[in-house]
Formats: sequence, C-alpha cells, structure tokens
Amino acid sequence: MIWEALFLQLGYNATLVTIGAALLGMAAGATGVFLFLGKRALVSDAISHATLPGVGLAFIVMVLLGGDGRSLPGLLFGSALSAGLGLLCVSWLTRATRLSEDAAIGAVLSVFFGFGIVLLTVIQSMTAGRQAGLETFLLGSTAGMLWDDAVIIALGGAAVLALVVLLRRPMAAVAFDPEYIAASGGDVRRIELAMMGLAMAITVVGLKVVGLILIVALLIIPAVAARFWSERVGRVVVIAGALGGASGWIGAGLSATAPNLPTGPIIVLVAFALFLVSLLLAPGRGVLAAALRHRRFQRRVHLRQGLLALAQGQPIYEGLTLRLMRAAGHLRADGVATETGRAQAARALLDERRWHLLRSNPRHEAAAARYDGLTPLERVLTPDQIEELDRELRPEGIT
Amino acid sequence: MGEEFVALSLPPMLIGICAAVACALPGNFLLLRRQALIGDAISHVVLPGIVVAFLVTGIIAALPMMLGAGAAALVAVALIEVIRRLGKIEPGAAMGVVFTAMFAGGVLLLEQSDTSDVHLDVQHALYGNLESLIWLDAFGWSSLFDWAALKGLPPELPRMAATLAFVSGFTWVFWRPLKISSFDEGFARTVGLPTGVLGLSLVVVAAIAAVAAFDAVGSIIVIAMFICPPAAARLMTNRLEVQVAWSVGFATLSAILGYVLAGYGPLWLGFDDAVSAAGMIATVSGVILGLAALFGPERAPMGAPAEG
Repeated sequence: MIWEALFLQLGYNATLVTIGAALLGMAAGATGVFLFLGKRALVSDAISHATLPGVGLAFIVMVLLGGDGRSLPGLLFGSALSAGLGLLCVSWLTRATRLSEDAAIGAVLSVFFGFGIVLLTVIQSMTAGRQAGLETFLLGSTAGMLWDDAVIIALGGAAVLALVVLLRRPMAAVAFDPEYIAASGGDVRRIELAMMGLAMAITVVGLKVVGLILIVALLIIPAVAARFWSERVGRVVVIAGALGGASGWIGAGLSATAPNLPTGPIIVLVAFALFLVSLLLAPGRGVLAAALRHRRFQRRVHLRQGLLALAQGQPIYEGLTLRLMRAAGHLRADGVATETGRAQAARALLDERRWHLLRSNPRHEAAAARYDGLTPLERVLTPDQIEELDRELRPEGIT
Repeated sequence: MGEEFVALSLPPMLIGICAAVACALPGNFLLLRRQALIGDAISHVVLPGIVVAFLVTGIIAALPMMLGAGAAALVAVALIEVIRRLGKIEPGAAMGVVFTAMFAGGVLLLEQSDTSDVHLDVQHALYGNLESLIWLDAFGWSSLFDWAALKGLPPELPRMAATLAFVSGFTWVFWRPLKISSFDEGFARTVGLPTGVLGLSLVVVAAIAAVAAFDAVGSIIVIAMFICPPAAARLMTNRLEVQVAWSVGFATLSAILGYVLAGYGPLWLGFDDAVSAAGMIATVSGVILGLAALFGPERAPMGAPAEG
C-alpha cells in the first residue's frame, strides 16, 4: 500500500496531490535556504499567518459580487494581498520604531490571525447553513482537490523554483553580507523584497495543501536540514529542494494510504524526520561526525603524550592512554614497552625536540605557528629543511 | 440589562482581562530580551501536550490538560536549546523547526485518536470559547455577594485569577533581578545573579500563563497579549516601571474593548450574530500597537535623532 502510494498507483486524486506536494516542497525548500541564511526564518511565520484575513475578505467579496466564494484563484489572490500587507507591516514596524524584528513578527502574526478569525466567524454567520469550509486553510486539506487546483499549485511551485534559480546569486549575497552589497551598489531592499515575495508565493501556493499554520515548516525545516550537508550555498539550495521535495512526495503518499492521516502534518513530520537524520548523520556538521572527530582527536593526543612519557622514562597511570598504547602494540599487557613502542617513542621525542628548536628560532616563525603538539614536523617542513634543523640539534644530542 | 450583563458578559470579560494581563506581564521582559516569539512557540506546542494528556487520562479535565501542556512547553524549550547547541543553528530557525514539528504531531494525534465525541479540536485550541464561559446562577449585581451563586461561576475565572496573582507575584518578587538581567545580562552575571535560572524561570512563568490562558481563551489571545501590549508600551516610555503599567493598561483595554466590540459591535451594525471575541481582542491590541507606533512619544528607533 505504501509502495503503491509512493509510486503513484493509488488513483487519480492521490497522484495529483503527491506530485503537487512534491513540487511545492522543492520550491519551499530552495526558497527557505535564503531566509535561513539571512537569519530571517521566522518572517515566514508572520507571512503565513497574515494570509488568513485575505482569505476571509476574498471570500466575502466574491460572495457579495454574486460569485462562488470558494474559487481557489480568488482566495489565493486575497491571501497574497494580505500577506503582502503583513510583510509591509513587519518591515515598517522594524524600520520606523524601536521594536526589534521578532516583536514585529509576533505582533503582525497574532493580530492578522486574530482579525482573520473574526472574519471567519462573520462568514459563518453570513452563509448560515452553507459551510464555507475556509477552516481547511488553517491545516490544509487535500480531500477533494480538483484538477484546476493541482495545476495552480504545480505551476506556482515551478514558477517559484525557476525564480529561485534565477535570483540565487544576488539573494545569497544579500543573505550573507547586506552591507557589502549595499556598498558595492546593489539594491539590497529590492533583493530582500524579492526574497520575501518568493516566500509569500510559496505560502500562498501551499495554503491548500499544508495549511497556513504549517507551511512555515516547509520553508524552515528542509533549509536547516540541508545546511548540515554542505558549506556551499548552491549545494545547500539543491539539497534543501531535494529534502523538501522528498518530504512532500513521501508525506502526501503516506497520507493517502489511510484515513485520518492529514496531509499537511504528515509532510511536516517527514521533513522533521529528515532533519533529525541530517542532524545526526551528516558528515562534517552532524552530531555523529563531530563526536567521532572528537574521539579521534582525543586518541591522538593520548597516544602522543603516552609515547613522549615512554621515551622520557616516565610512568603512565592514565587508563585511556594505557589502553590505547596496548591496542596500538606499543605496550605489552604487563606495561613494558615493546620494540615498536620504543621506536615510536623515540621518534615522537625527536619530533618534539625538533619542534622545540623550531619554535625557539624566529626564522621559522611561519612554520612554528602550525605547532599543535600533534602534527609531525615532516608534514610541515621539507626533508632538506629538517636536515638543516637537525644540524643544530646534534650538539645537544652529543653532550 | 444589568442582570443579563452580570450573567453573560461579566465573567468572560473578567477572564479575558485576567488572561490578557497575565500574559502581558512576562511579555514585557520577553520583549526586552528579544525572546518575544517564545510565546508563539509555546502556544503552538500546547496542542500536542493537551492531546497527549487526553489520550493518557481519557478525560477532558483541566488539571491533566494543564500538566500536559506545561510538560509540552518545557519539552519544546529543551528541544530548541538542544537543537540550537548540537546543530549550531540560530535560535529563530531552531524554534521554527521544533514548534512546527510538535504542532504537526499534535494535529496528527488528534486526527488519529477518537475525539469526535469530546470537545477537543484544533479550532477550539486556536479560538478558545470565551463567549461560552457564562454564569448561569447570576441574577443581577446582587449575585456577586451571594455565596451560593458565586459557586456557579465558570471554573476558568478563579483559575485565571489565581494565575494572574501568581504571575504578578513572580514579577513583584523578582523585579530587580529580572530588570537587571533583561537590560544587561553581562552585568547581572558579574554581580552574581543566576541569569540562566532567571531566564528559564521567566520562560516557565510565561508558559504557565500561556497554558492557563489558553485553556480559557485560546492561543490567539496568548500570542497577541505576549507581544502587542508590551510592544505598544515600549513605544510610550523609557522606564520599565511605566512600561509595565502601560502594558497592563493596554491589555485590559484590549480585553474589554475587544469583548464589547465582538459581542455588541455586529448588533450595532445591524447583524444578528456576534463574532469571535478572541480574534477581536487580538485585533484591538493590534490597533493599539499601530496607534502607538504612529504617535507613541518614544517610538523612534534606537540611535535615531529626536524629532522636532
């Protein structure tokens, strides 16, 4: 059943939803990277909550004009207008008053949402008996999604994705260093506006599938997860898009397999699972990689110190050092040094004495800066240089 | 008029005021510490807490729900901190990851469990049901002095009043350390204040206020009251004492005006049905913030030259 869902075998509607959700997730993941890198991830929360009054007003206007209040393009248009207004409010509050951006975000988010709820109750009384179903925009609903709706979502997602590809360089530059861009003649405000506009477009397109409370998750979670996998913006964007797309695809597929599995929350939870995997397993920035790195470093330090102690005839008491030395074959079980152990110890001591000489000589200042008590000198100097160093070392050895 | 007012409007109004002020008080400090969005995060994660509490106990009762919600809030705060440290992620993004995932989990649990016969749904969690907290035993103002009638008060009122008293007590007792550590964390640490404990207990108090208020009035009011009244008050003055006083005033004004507008506004305009009181209270607080941002005497950004 699950495999059938993932390979689009569950019928027309489920296939539609799955493809739409995957496209949406890809576009949202890629867009979210720039918000996250600019440390403005939560602005998207304000944008998404600010769509609600627009949905309500669009419904009221369309009904008053005698049309069908539930027409998706009209509702999305209204939501885009009010999200834009919310965005302007956030930037106005941050620029014109002393309030910080997070306070502005929280204020816009709660007030717009509150007003939206007021409008929803107005609509409920307005269309007594004819349930408008606008509540589905809160948490998303894919049940009964129409072909037209799916086309809008797919086209919207694809358009946003194309714009992200087009604008990736200026947006990355602004996210990292807005002052530099401003100083070199770029229009920071316009690029930021474009960035926010894309986030807004994602929010509006995603309202139907994921709902306005959770759409922010698709903008934040894949981007944060992708950041673990690479240090290069281009790759992070691609990975975030892939993670977002996978979340949408798998999430929508899973939710089609059983009743009572709401699409939006499932997509978000799949994204969160991918985030957890990235947090733990990503090479480089992942938790596991960091722990392994720490352990390797610890082993090197202990081995080196153990060898030095051995060479200078000092007793070793530290448990980990003893275990490591035995495992490496430097010590026998009774604590007496083996042949290789003594040879290694002598080499370590020679290395340490070379370093000592190097660091006391101002001529080798550049090389001396690379001293960390672990790196063998052979990796820093050429054999010729070491030979030259050894000539100064010898007299001390003879005496 | 009086009879109807005491029975139908007075209790929800009082509950609204208590909830608004209880959230606005810690909101002042969260705002100054740039943690304003903690309120937003807490009010989202309350949902899974409540659902889990319901699944464990099988009943809709105030105490297990509040415990569950409080536990969820603490779990969320801890998770945010863990993810922020382990992944070296900026706090805003870590918060966004945690609260959306937990909220999604809550919705999923809610859909999976059989809660159709009990009054527990997402809409209720968002809007609350302020309008339904009526006092059926009241017959006019004299009921306020009638012990038998007072016992029929909606239980949310004494609970909210107790929460308000607790939050006020916390603010009053820890006023100086809170003030110092909110403005200058480094200095507070130098003079020996436990800033970490202080910061955490502020978040816990905020969570208590949020959870109690959430039960009575829904999460919109909670988020709005954490941020809007303190933010508006921040634009009125440079003194913390005055700011807190303004924020309490603004919170009270939002609660009263919002409730009245929601209950009677549509009637004045010729409609039959009232609109959501929780939504209207949030809207009014936003209007107050907007006015403060336009006309507040201390609204200028930091470092900007004074006007005139």
